[in-house]
Amino acid sequence: MADAADKTNGPTPEALPKSEPAGYFEGEAMSRRRAFTVAGQAVGGLAGAIIVLPAVGFALAPIFKEPDEVWESVGPTSRFTADTYKPVVFTLVEGIGEAGKTTAFVRKGTSAGNDPYIAISTRCAHLGCPVNFVAAAKSFVCPCHGGVYDFEGKVIGGPPVRPLDRFQTRVRNGQVQIGPRYSVTSHLQPVRYRDPGEYTGGIWNYIYPPRPDTPPPP
Amino acid sequence: MKLPDVLIPPPLKKPHKPGTDNGRNGADPLAPVKDAPADLVGWLDERTGGASFLTGMLYRKVPKGTNWFYTLGSATLFAFVVQATTGVFLAMYYDPSPTQAYASVTHLTNDVFLGEFVRGMHKWGASVMIILIYLHMARTFIFGAYKYPRELNWIIGVTLLILTMIMGFTGYLLPFDQRSFWATVVGVNINGTGPFIGPYLSDFLRAGAEFNAATLPRFYAIHMLLVPGLIIALIGAHLYLVVKLGTTAPPWLHPKRTKTTVREERV
Repeated sequence: MADAADKTNGPTPEALPKSEPAGYFEGEAMSRRRAFTVAGQAVGGLAGAIIVLPAVGFALAPIFKEPDEVWESVGPTSRFTADTYKPVVFTLVEGIGEAGKTTAFVRKGTSAGNDPYIAISTRCAHLGCPVNFVAAAKSFVCPCHGGVYDFEGKVIGGPPVRPLDRFQTRVRNGQVQIGPRYSVTSHLQPVRYRDPGEYTGGIWNYIYPPRPDTPPPP
Repeated sequence: MKLPDVLIPPPLKKPHKPGTDNGRNGADPLAPVKDAPADLVGWLDERTGGASFLTGMLYRKVPKGTNWFYTLGSATLFAFVVQATTGVFLAMYYDPSPTQAYASVTHLTNDVFLGEFVRGMHKWGASVMIILIYLHMARTFIFGAYKYPRELNWIIGVTLLILTMIMGFTGYLLPFDQRSFWATVVGVNINGTGPFIGPYLSDFLRAGAEFNAATLPRFYAIHMLLVPGLIIALIGAHLYLVVKLGTTAPPWLHPKRTKTTVREERV
């Protein structure tokens, strides 16, 4: 490099100090070439981060969004009894037509329980297929992989890892209303909603952490 | 071994310099027309050097014993090209909104001219590509072609396999019928069973805790923009390494056993 410069500009004037080591002049901790390289990489990295980070945040944002609490009326209190479940269809997600609807099975709670009404989600705790309540067997049966649940939603057969999820219920103006979804442990203790296929209770509550977009349990 | 030179095309004739008439002295008035194709190719080559690159790539030496099993990679590439081409044309009619997706798919299948054919190519071509990529992988494994110095190309190939599976997973939802909806519900929940990051992964795929209005567009964007771009880039790297490193001879062809090679084997 220095040779090329010498050829075009003629011999180096004696007055200029000789750089020692090459490229470093007196009082410099960094050669100018190195300084410009570092500065160029820093500016390039900053420009890249300004583009990439918002895009990543944009794609990941839904994980951190807390949903609104929606309560929906599904029928008068007189419709539901304690000895069997009645299916109710309601909208879980707005704006996507049939795909946003889901079914729950509702019954009146027994005096021992603390909920006045029990709403069992049809989402199988194995991998999310829709279960059906078979009244003759007093069981919930999943069509996909053969999961079977008893009258309370506890697993009595097949691959599911925990009891069926439930929805919070309340009574307003003589109507039963269904609210946010929650999961239960094998002893029917409420926990925050987990996706199907994830165990609940004990250490599993930490191995499958709840996300901010799932509402707290009742 | 030296190949006979006739197999390799000679370097292209250099186009004549501007202002000269290429040594013709104006004898044949049609000469410029006759020379036009060769001149055009020569013009391109002078500016890109593409001819020597193509000659080196297409006429590279391959080992003795190269057979039909070595075409499985090209067959997979061809299947990908079919998927990319038909996919572009399907995108002209497809509407990735949860309320319109199924109607747009039935419309393009039943009403659009040759729509059933193009969609059928894309649907069956997807299975063909998965089958071919596995056969290609089996050939590489059984022939020992993943060994030094080709380990990096094996890693790139496995990445391409995973990306192809992601294409299959995300593409399955797009018709948005009962089968694709529930298959995707199950698939997303399988992702969710991974410890610690599983719940966040399934949230990312669904764009929320429940299947919602953003889920289908998200799958569509991954299926037609994100993953195909990665696949094209990695196929480029894959082919570059194939050309740079060359292919392996089949395992049943051994090098001649000389004193030197036998000593090397013992060492």
